[in-house]
Amino acid sequence: MKIVVCVKQVPDTAGGVKFNPDGTLDRGAMLTIMNPDDKAGLEAALRLKDQHGAEVTVVTMGLPKAEEVLREAMAMGADKGVLVTDRVLGGADTWATSTTLAGAIRNLEYDLIITGRQAIDGDTAQVGPQISEHLDIPVISYAQDIKIEGDSVVVERQYEDRYHVVKAKMPCLITALSELNEPRYMTPGGIFDAYKKEITVWGRADLKDVDDANLGLKGSPTKIAKASDKVRKGAGEKVALDPDESVSYIVDKLKVKHVI
Amino acid sequence: MNLEEYKGVYVFAQQVDNEISGIAFELLGKAKDLAKDLNTDVTAVLLGSGVKELADQLAEYGADKVIVVDDPELKDYRTEPYAHALSSVINKYKPEIMLVGATAIGRDLGPRVSARVATGLTADCTVLEIGDFPLQAVPGQEQLHNQLLMTRPAFGGNTIATIACPYNRPQMATVRAGVMQKIDPIKGAKANVEEFNPGFTPDNKYVEILDIVKSVAETVDIMDAKILVSGGRGVGSPENFKILEDLAEVLGGTVSCSRAVVDSGWKPKDLQVGQTGKTVRPNVYFAIGISGAIQHVAGMEESDIIVAINKDADAPIFDVADYGVVGDLNKIVPKLTEALKAEIAAAKA
Repeated sequence: MKIVVCVKQVPDTAGGVKFNPDGTLDRGAMLTIMNPDDKAGLEAALRLKDQHGAEVTVVTMGLPKAEEVLREAMAMGADKGVLVTDRVLGGADTWATSTTLAGAIRNLEYDLIITGRQAIDGDTAQVGPQISEHLDIPVISYAQDIKIEGDSVVVERQYEDRYHVVKAKMPCLITALSELNEPRYMTPGGIFDAYKKEITVWGRADLKDVDDANLGLKGSPTKIAKASDKVRKGAGEKVALDPDESVSYIVDKLKVKHVI
Repeated sequence: MNLEEYKGVYVFAQQVDNEISGIAFELLGKAKDLAKDLNTDVTAVLLGSGVKELADQLAEYGADKVIVVDDPELKDYRTEPYAHALSSVINKYKPEIMLVGATAIGRDLGPRVSARVATGLTADCTVLEIGDFPLQAVPGQEQLHNQLLMTRPAFGGNTIATIACPYNRPQMATVRAGVMQKIDPIKGAKANVEEFNPGFTPDNKYVEILDIVKSVAETVDIMDAKILVSGGRGVGSPENFKILEDLAEVLGGTVSCSRAVVDSGWKPKDLQVGQTGKTVRPNVYFAIGISGAIQHVAGMEESDIIVAINKDADAPIFDVADYGVVGDLNKIVPKLTEALKAEIAAAKA
């Protein structure tokens, strides 16, 4: 079985967001990580590899620096890495990103494609389903469990108040939730091996069956009209009192606001 | 693509088990505002099996017209038949705006459809308005009017971006639940129904649903609650949520929680507030033992009054709380419940 996993290098918002003195986000000071949902997707692929045997190829699109997440993926156990990087691909929205990744994946053999549900920087959850549309294969989003049965996958697909057990014939694309599993750590041997493995680097010319009109900033249907740091409601009062006084304080405030 | 051909504001009227989801009514409320600004009307798109009789409800909440695609293939949500139905509606009726709820269904259907009809899609919008693109006139670039401007949080809620889709139609957005206001229903309104069936031919993309497992329904949806008593990891144990439940009961409120609590298996996912949970805006939000990670704050900061109790004086929750109390929740919360009980009894007497 051949599995392609799409991963993204993202700034680490969970480890504490850093701000400049003027209140804007200090992106330079923030560490980058492999997007958590993508890492769960990779772990799911590696478990399928452990159980059934599979070749796992990790694909990322980004700046040359994004090679780091491919090395991490290989240190965890992925077999191959593909970095898609080219200036003309920059500034892509989800349409142009999914077009690019589909163009790269068309060069690969796959039974299963796994992406994370969403990245923590954009939070759109769009690229996975859009890749599946470009490749004309089924998608099962929000996977909380993945099993292989013959030439099909059986997936628990999460909704707000239920889950569906869904069966799809491969090839198929699955988007993974970070709840899916606890990703493994890199091993020292794995890290050593990761740096011996080749990473394939592809640019615009290597993408298959894509039109320039659908790539990069220019090929993105959505355009940013304005971006700004969020203006938050300022902090209110903060008190440190003994428990009885704390209770009176809260009760008084709820009275003033006519809650009680 | 002749953009002029595309007219009207359309809403995907999500239904589950033949019950229209609240988000559909919220979207209709917003669609009415947008349609007024554009001098056009509002169309709801209702997909399902045996759903035609639901159309009048959509009229009550503001739909001028309801397009119904009724087919057995649409009984339970599956990406392909739904994507086929919605994109066929778009190709035939050519809406200028297509709104979809940012639900577990909409966030799957929206991207698949947008890719099929080759347009942009802006995810998880919190503000929608009609305006110019670019916002200010730029020399050498035509300023387009009557564009849908879609505002959404990004970067875990740290930044907000306003996005337009000036050269493709429809302008598509998924919209967060609990953000837009539904109108007061127009009782007895009758839908102007148009039935349409694009035909369904199962192919490799039609997945098979083997089983549907519903989680045990909580009594109240936290998105509808006026008072939420929300607990975080600081509550310490699932058993200790009892003191939050007691407080909620006295105030007629509901218990909700942070992601850490769900991840620890203390509470089910449908009680989770935050970026990967639900967006809530109750009259009063008690954040108890919640540190206030940015992802949590994104889901509750629109609450009218935020009361935080946390033993860590530096917890970021205090940056958004109206009333912050630094202290031990185990000592404060039970006493607070007793005090409120006494106050309420006194007020009734």
